[in-house]
Amino acid sequence: MTRLHGVDLTIGYERRTVVHGVDIAVPDGEFTVIVGANGSGKSTLLRGLARLLRPTGGAVYLDGQQIRSLPSREVARRLGLLPQGPVAPDGITVVDLVGRGRYPHQRRLRPPSHADRIAVSDAMAATGVTDLADRHVDELSGGQRQRVWLAMALAQQTPIMLLDEPTTFLDIAHQVDILELCADLREHHGRTLVVVLHDLNHACRYATHLVALCNGLIVAEGPPHKIVTSELVADVFGLRCRVIADPESGAPLVIPSRRPLRQ
Amino acid sequence: MKVRLTALVLVVVVIAVVALTTGDDPVPLATLFGGGDAADRLVVGMLRLPRLLAGLFVGAALGAGGAVFQSVSRNPLGSPDIVGFDIGAATSALLVLLVWHGSAVALGAVAGGVGTALLVYLLAMRRGVRGHRLILVGIGIAAMLSSVNAFVLTRADVTDAQSAAVWLTGSLNGREWTDIRPILLALPVLLPLALWLGRDLRMLELGDDTARALGVGAERTRLAAIVVGVGMTAVATACAGPVTFVALAAPQVARRLTRVTGPNVLPAALTGAALLTGADLAARRLLLPVGVLTGVFGGIYLAFLLRRAA
Repeated sequence: MTRLHGVDLTIGYERRTVVHGVDIAVPDGEFTVIVGANGSGKSTLLRGLARLLRPTGGAVYLDGQQIRSLPSREVARRLGLLPQGPVAPDGITVVDLVGRGRYPHQRRLRPPSHADRIAVSDAMAATGVTDLADRHVDELSGGQRQRVWLAMALAQQTPIMLLDEPTTFLDIAHQVDILELCADLREHHGRTLVVVLHDLNHACRYATHLVALCNGLIVAEGPPHKIVTSELVADVFGLRCRVIADPESGAPLVIPSRRPLRQ
Repeated sequence: MKVRLTALVLVVVVIAVVALTTGDDPVPLATLFGGGDAADRLVVGMLRLPRLLAGLFVGAALGAGGAVFQSVSRNPLGSPDIVGFDIGAATSALLVLLVWHGSAVALGAVAGGVGTALLVYLLAMRRGVRGHRLILVGIGIAAMLSSVNAFVLTRADVTDAQSAAVWLTGSLNGREWTDIRPILLALPVLLPLALWLGRDLRMLELGDDTARALGVGAERTRLAAIVVGVGMTAVATACAGPVTFVALAAPQVARRLTRVTGPNVLPAALTGAALLTGADLAARRLLLPVGVLTGVFGGIYLAFLLRRAA
């Protein structure tokens, strides 16, 4: 079953086409991770699915309707996106920022409802930022800040969440924190996740559905243990490697060889 | 925040009462409530009230317009007096005054402000308008228009140039009911529109992607905000000339008062009204155009801002 899918998607910027006629169905209730080399079109595909980029060909469908035909606020109640490098306004507090995620649920000239307050405090509790509520976002560490942004996306309370490289610039412990949190959102809160990740081993470990992009085309998709092989890694990243079972989780673990294939 | 807003309203009211009752010809407080003699009522009704209203409305329009622009450009320097909209308004007003010797100065100012804004917006646009480009293009256009203004002034007759120079400084001197009618009619329309847009502008401050993902029509909101902001700046300039720094300083002062993020349109409007009418009280005593004083205060304030940022 899929609520969000793209048909024959061609997406690009000005004259450069990045995604070439891709069909993608986001499986409901799964943790989908999109991987690929730099410039392979991961973020572009995600932004296309989130209606931030208008495809030059094909269309994105949400619950069977063309996403462009739906009111933007209506889409924002079902589909959330945390973009890469979001901007926090000067002097904004954590609780204020998280509260902004309630925008699509609020009406003009009406104070925040009980549901809004519950959503904000739940989102802050789930991401462990409750104690930071009154702190200024600019004075937080990178890991704390990323959790605050995630809390904002959570407060939006959308069944589908798209996250564009949520672990970039974080140390390994904070990366694992964020990914564990995502896994928990899927397992215990029934959210559908689509996440762009750089780290292939993290992708293999946390994804229940992996999508490998190469030069704007999907070259493989499915559960990581079924599709991740040394051949695939060579095709997608141009990297020679061994694939073994991760001793902690049994997921595929990619061990790069000493001499890379790339010239 | 409510306490601070109430305090701001009180400040404005006190300034208003002082402005109406004091001066070369002090009148008793009772005049304001229909008492006093006929001569006092005439002074208040025909001279001081229009000047006070001009100060309140121009100040509010500049404060709110500045708040809208600073929010759109995500930069405290993105205010209309820095990016050239009121200089453009001044250019066409000068052309009307000195070259065509026309009387439609106000209309000229509005047309000039809107025209300049359109030019800046189009030049700054590349796949949507981004804050820093808006400011840089605006500063460039402002510099060019300043040269045009200086050129027109040097070519004009001395007495004409003298009165034009006062207008260019920004002044509330001798404002009569006919001068303030356009802004009295325009602001009650534009200010509510700015307040209405405030909620979406607050979201735009999170960046376009985040705002759009949350369902905000980013480019549409920005265009509407620019139109409303330019409208407010243009009617203010038409009434009082290009008064400097109110649009820059009022939103910043307001933000520090309310300590809330977002454009703070209403507090900025109140602060602008208080700043301009307050400065005009001093200007009346010193027999100076009010623009001189807002320039001095604004300059000190800008230096303070930059020092803190450094």
